[in-house]
Amino acid sequence: MRTRKTTFMSAGALALAMAATSVAAETNLRMTWYNDGIEGEVMRDLLDRFEADNPDITVTLDVVPYKAILESLPVQLAAGEGPDLARVTDLGGLSEHYLDLTPLISDPAYWEDSFGPFLKWLRQPGDDSSISGFMTQLTVTGPYANRTLFEQAGIDLPGEGATWDDWAKAVNEVADALEIPIPMAWDRSGHRVSGPAISMGAMMFDADGNPALVDDGLKAMTQRLYDWHQDGTMAKELWGSVSGSSYLGANEDFANAQVVMYMSGSWQIPQFAGTIGDAFDWWAVPAPCGPAACSGMPGGAALVAMKDTEHPEEVGTLMDYLSSEDVLAEFYGRTLFIPGHLGLASGGVEFDTEDPRAKHALETFAGAVPTISSIAFDLQGYPSNRVMFNALISRLGEAIVGEISLEDAYDRMEQDIEQQLAEKARN
Amino acid sequence: MRPETHRLTVGAAAAAPMNLLGSLIELPFKAIQRLVGIRGMPYIFLVPNLGFFGIFVVIPLFINFAFSLTGGTNLFLSDRVYTGTEQYGFLLDCENFADSGSCREDRFWRGIYNTMVFVVFQVGFLVLFSLVTALILNRKIRGRGFFRAVYFFPVLLSPVVVALIWKWILLRDGILNAFLVTIGLEKILFFVSPQWAMFWAIFVSIWAHMGFYTLILLAGLQAIPPDLYEAAEMDGTSKERIFWRITLPLLWPNMLVVIVLALIKGVQIFDEVYVLTGGGPGTATQFIVQYIYNTGFTNQVQNFGLASAASVILGAVLFALTLMQLAAVRRKDSA
Amino acid sequence: MPEAFASSPPPRTIAGLLTARRGRGRLHWTDVFSYAYLGLGVLLMFGPVVWLTLSSFKTASGLLEFPPTLFPLGQIEVEVEGYDDPLPLYRVTEEDGTARELAQIRRIGIIAQMVDPADPDTTIKVPIRQREAVREFRVAWENYSAPLQRFNFLTYLQNSVVVTVAATIVTLLINSMAAYGLAIYEFKGRNAIMLFVIGTLMIPITVILVPVYLVVTELGMINSLWGVILPGAATPTGVFLLRQYMLTIPRDLIEAARMDKASEWVIYWRVVLPLATPAIAVLAIFSIMWRWNDFLWPLIVLNRSEVYTLQVGLNAFQGELDVQWHFVLAMTVVTLIPVVLVFAFLQRFITTGIASTGMK
Repeated sequence: MRTRKTTFMSAGALALAMAATSVAAETNLRMTWYNDGIEGEVMRDLLDRFEADNPDITVTLDVVPYKAILESLPVQLAAGEGPDLARVTDLGGLSEHYLDLTPLISDPAYWEDSFGPFLKWLRQPGDDSSISGFMTQLTVTGPYANRTLFEQAGIDLPGEGATWDDWAKAVNEVADALEIPIPMAWDRSGHRVSGPAISMGAMMFDADGNPALVDDGLKAMTQRLYDWHQDGTMAKELWGSVSGSSYLGANEDFANAQVVMYMSGSWQIPQFAGTIGDAFDWWAVPAPCGPAACSGMPGGAALVAMKDTEHPEEVGTLMDYLSSEDVLAEFYGRTLFIPGHLGLASGGVEFDTEDPRAKHALETFAGAVPTISSIAFDLQGYPSNRVMFNALISRLGEAIVGEISLEDAYDRMEQDIEQQLAEKARN
Repeated sequence: MRPETHRLTVGAAAAAPMNLLGSLIELPFKAIQRLVGIRGMPYIFLVPNLGFFGIFVVIPLFINFAFSLTGGTNLFLSDRVYTGTEQYGFLLDCENFADSGSCREDRFWRGIYNTMVFVVFQVGFLVLFSLVTALILNRKIRGRGFFRAVYFFPVLLSPVVVALIWKWILLRDGILNAFLVTIGLEKILFFVSPQWAMFWAIFVSIWAHMGFYTLILLAGLQAIPPDLYEAAEMDGTSKERIFWRITLPLLWPNMLVVIVLALIKGVQIFDEVYVLTGGGPGTATQFIVQYIYNTGFTNQVQNFGLASAASVILGAVLFALTLMQLAAVRRKDSA
Repeated sequence: MPEAFASSPPPRTIAGLLTARRGRGRLHWTDVFSYAYLGLGVLLMFGPVVWLTLSSFKTASGLLEFPPTLFPLGQIEVEVEGYDDPLPLYRVTEEDGTARELAQIRRIGIIAQMVDPADPDTTIKVPIRQREAVREFRVAWENYSAPLQRFNFLTYLQNSVVVTVAATIVTLLINSMAAYGLAIYEFKGRNAIMLFVIGTLMIPITVILVPVYLVVTELGMINSLWGVILPGAATPTGVFLLRQYMLTIPRDLIEAARMDKASEWVIYWRVVLPLATPAIAVLAIFSIMWRWNDFLWPLIVLNRSEVYTLQVGLNAFQGELDVQWHFVLAMTVVTLIPVVLVFAFLQRFITTGIASTGMK
């Protein structure tokens, strides 16, 4: 990959920015960021404190739409025009652009201890030592139930160990009793389907570690999803109404009490605490089970350093500060994010909420981390996992709306993955 | 029409600085004219525009073509792997071209079929509604200027805004469904049914662009000499006959412009529908430009080669449309 | 044809397809149809925008309601003795059908604990199905103020204005020069160049996004406003439109100017440009709209917040997992304001301008 010198024009823009923040010899770092909620504000507060401690470094937070993180950032990085740091979700896919911070941070051992399992997600295949960033947010997929609706219908919430079939039966009973339009909703996302599929016995990889998406376990789950869409357990509007790999959530319908059970994940907590609040009991429940496991999918967003940066030393200093335990505790606590820090995960974070439902949900999802199948961790760490997710979701979506049969969809999934991996392998 | 044109003279206030600027630029141009003579001047006037064309359109087109002959995910041409016509072969690998399911790249072909359906209906109804609106606006009605402006207003909105506005109306809990429920009907999930999604894609794009085409047709209508109508009326010709024998033939040049422009824009349809339906349900409203965008941009493996090959094929189709337009213009000129 | 428009055409005695109204004061069915059609048109064209604007003043939870309320509403909260925070007010319908207003202390499961503001000491238990929020008209200004405070709104606005103005000036200048060259002179290669211009009209920018990005990178214009201004400046539409209009300018004027020994530049600047003002105005308005609304391209070229345009900056609310509709709607309205203003002041100018260029 080539790097490109900052040229006359962009240097001019930079000079403008620096003039605004005064002092000649200071270094300006650029951090590309996206927001789902208030995390940008919290990060800005932390950066202000960092700047006060390090008068020679300023950090600019460039907030972009998430679309730009997914689509524009890879092109910018490839052209050598990327930022110094960025908050990304395609953890492995962009790993060729990451900077190895090991020589630049004060205590690599602390990083290994605190972020060990997640550092793997940021590495290229064959690399088992580099340190490129940390998780701003660990996410765990899992369902929420509208407990108030269950109470009104006089039906018990399925407990620990209940299967997906138990849940499907229960939510249909609730919906029938109370005339709720959507018994069950899942985010339209390959990542969301993977946890339950693994619970059903999907292996995702063959013995050599190559992707093998379609197997009996996956078919067991996708067949259920297909059937649920046909029999009205799930509404077609979510999975049917956009194409390709587009994400679509049911958070608004759930917040409006139109959905009995909603398969999503931990990132909904701050939002639900705001929009639903006290209106009904939105209750995080443990991941339903299949024959193989009761697993969700781990995931999340990471703040990573980019190797094209012209100020690696300063990036190291910044990362040292941001990754320190008390700073991260504040960040996770205020944003209501599940900590991506092993030390903090075991109760080290005071979550900044009075809402008992939010507290319960945070505990439920944080507590679910140990139940996550190792296959799910491997899948999350696989650099081309989005190729698998996209193939899964786009083809399953086409099958659900009846454009192709489920059998054809399986064939197409495998073809899509094979073709895209072959294209990538040409480099 | 009439009084407004005089408002243009308001621009006269800006004349003094403009004159000064003109005189300043004149000096180098005079020198150039002395050098190349009047016969050379057209080229001089064309240089800036063609220069920009060259840099930002022609060079990218060549890069695009070069991309289509390469594979891999690298951005710079020099790092990419030469694959010959492999990408084209992949796109054109079909057992039966009428059945997208038999093609290796089924989405490309579904994109083409969807675009064809969209263009036929969109252009047809666009022309029809623009014509009806222009005819009505050409009548003696109160507040004609106001109504003309009303229909033109959406032309100024960005595609993203247009799509957001309508999406907000058409959502399951949107105001249109609230209206349906109020009058005793069931909610309709517009974005779940392929037919409804296509309907709204067509409807919204007509909504957004109709005003522009209406104005072109209106200009044509107003250019028809009134004496023709008077003469026909005196002969006792029926209204219908006047329409078919006078209005429509004389409007035909403008109609052609409208049809050809609408056709070109129709084939290029992307952002409005992308934001409105996301291409769904399934792939029911995924059009050819969206296929190219997804392949080269939104997929994790950004497949520039395949996307470029698809765009070269699209370019060939559009070129055919250009030839159609030129033929049409020529016929119009001879008419 | 267009000359007929540049000058004022005589008032028409008969207008339209099925011609004008029949007798004075008597409405023919076509008149009724016309007015019905136009009335529906007003509703259809303006209604959606009005609805968007109304919705943008609702709170995040207000937006989720079904059926949607026409105006933004907020729940009334009342101060109750013995409680520190104001309590939300509900209208409770008792089993026997009587209704009264109670404040809610808390909700446990499907039972709400409520209190009568007039009698703060007694707690009343009410099933939640019997209560309904009491609401009043309330505007959620925070949809606007919160994002505008959080971002450098003025910087984005300034960038957008710079891009729009600079791009429009460049576009008008080079397009009109090219159009002049193509309209006034006979020269070798003219047809080829016209063909080329029309050909480029066909290419949607979306399909050559990555190649153009490469070119802009080579020129070092990433994160510079020039990277947004220049690539779209040589619009084929503009050249085409201006050239068609200039063809209608009488040749005698140009010949006369040449007799007076005016240089070619002076003929272009002093003779042809002023006469082409209507067409130039139309192109100016389109250029302003294109540039103001441009989103996809700036999103790729600009990734530093000090060079963001409004469209990029205001779309930062589109998160990965949560579209914050209340912000999205409000910011859409913000970007609409200039468009509406331009439209309100210039609409007659715009519509007559387009009509008069005739798009031959």
